[in-house]
Amino acid sequence: MSGTDTPKRSMRTPLGRVRNLGAAHSGTSDFWRQRITGVAMTLLMIPGLVIIMMLLGRNQVYAAQTLSSIPVAVILLLFIFASAWHMKIGMQVVIEDYVHNEKLKLTAVMLNNFFSIAVALASTYAILKLSSGV
Amino acid sequence: MVEFALPKNSKISGGKTWPKPAGAAEVREFRVYRWNPDDGKNPSVDTYYVDTNDCGPMVLDGLIWIKNHIDPSLTFRRSCREGVCGSCAMNIDGQNTLACTRSMHDVKDGAVKINPLPHQPVVKDLVPDLTNFYAQYASVEPWLKTTSPTPQKEWRQTHEDREKLDGLYECILCACCSTSCPSYWWNSDRYLGPAALLQANRWVSDSRDEATGERLDNLEDPFRLYRCHTIMNCAKACPKGLNPAEAIAELKLKMVERQI
Repeated sequence: MSGTDTPKRSMRTPLGRVRNLGAAHSGTSDFWRQRITGVAMTLLMIPGLVIIMMLLGRNQVYAAQTLSSIPVAVILLLFIFASAWHMKIGMQVVIEDYVHNEKLKLTAVMLNNFFSIAVALASTYAILKLSSGV
Repeated sequence: MVEFALPKNSKISGGKTWPKPAGAAEVREFRVYRWNPDDGKNPSVDTYYVDTNDCGPMVLDGLIWIKNHIDPSLTFRRSCREGVCGSCAMNIDGQNTLACTRSMHDVKDGAVKINPLPHQPVVKDLVPDLTNFYAQYASVEPWLKTTSPTPQKEWRQTHEDREKLDGLYECILCACCSTSCPSYWWNSDRYLGPAALLQANRWVSDSRDEATGERLDNLEDPFRLYRCHTIMNCAKACPKGLNPAEAIAELKLKMVERQI
């Protein structure tokens, strides 16, 4: 049972337990964003893979030269942005599915947010650094 | 965390093998889940042999034959015997279905293995406690809600609008779909499950209803609706051939439509 109410310890009616804390009136945004980022990743995967293949085995100078192209940098940034967001939403769903201890769940969701933001920012910084030739 | 193993008091031990009926020319082996809340023992699986020349062809016929001829203590629900009431829903040969519409000849490879609907508390033997399931159905308020003055005759509906309810109104609430859904197994306290959501869509799709937005508000929740991960077990299990996953997808589409 979720939240404040467990069937073993409660004398609430079954309907009261089902209604529990009420509807959160959210979830559609995450659902829709997950679809948007999924489609975006599908579209960006081919140019993203081409860019990565081009960089394989090359040195940093070549990488910096390639990423100095605005379309290349933008494609990679969009790919990172869509992936990190998709990863954050997807992992949160997995946590909500399987972690039922409320404190552990909140902690895991929080860490998942931190991790996703950290991955997104670190990748963005790396791309911007290379594309600016620093 | 989610429990992937059965609790200690639910672990199944070996059961009793009942003797074959004397003089039977053809018998079919039935392995049936047994649990009695009064004896303090763990569940077991009893083995019975049914005289197939002396009973009807359906699994329910076999169970009734066992109850009448071998073991009167075997407990299960049944009523209409023609797939209308949903009482005899159980897990037969690994799939949730109605015992009255599943022929024992369709169960291949040896014994007919029968268990109660998965992941529900058991009242006794093959009888699951569906209290939470029915409460979830009640929570979608499955009745016509209007604020306009009641017409002198009936609330009218075009043929086209009526057709939108096909595939939704036929649900008999047997719980085969919900109890086959892994997402429902893990989160049945907060996720409404395929059956209740199919019924919710039945009323959301009804052109006569005036509480569509209110109904969608009540469903918009990361758990109530969005625990559906389109696993599709519900559509596979439904003994009436309905597609609850599609009904849930329609609800999600309506949620998006009213925001964009």
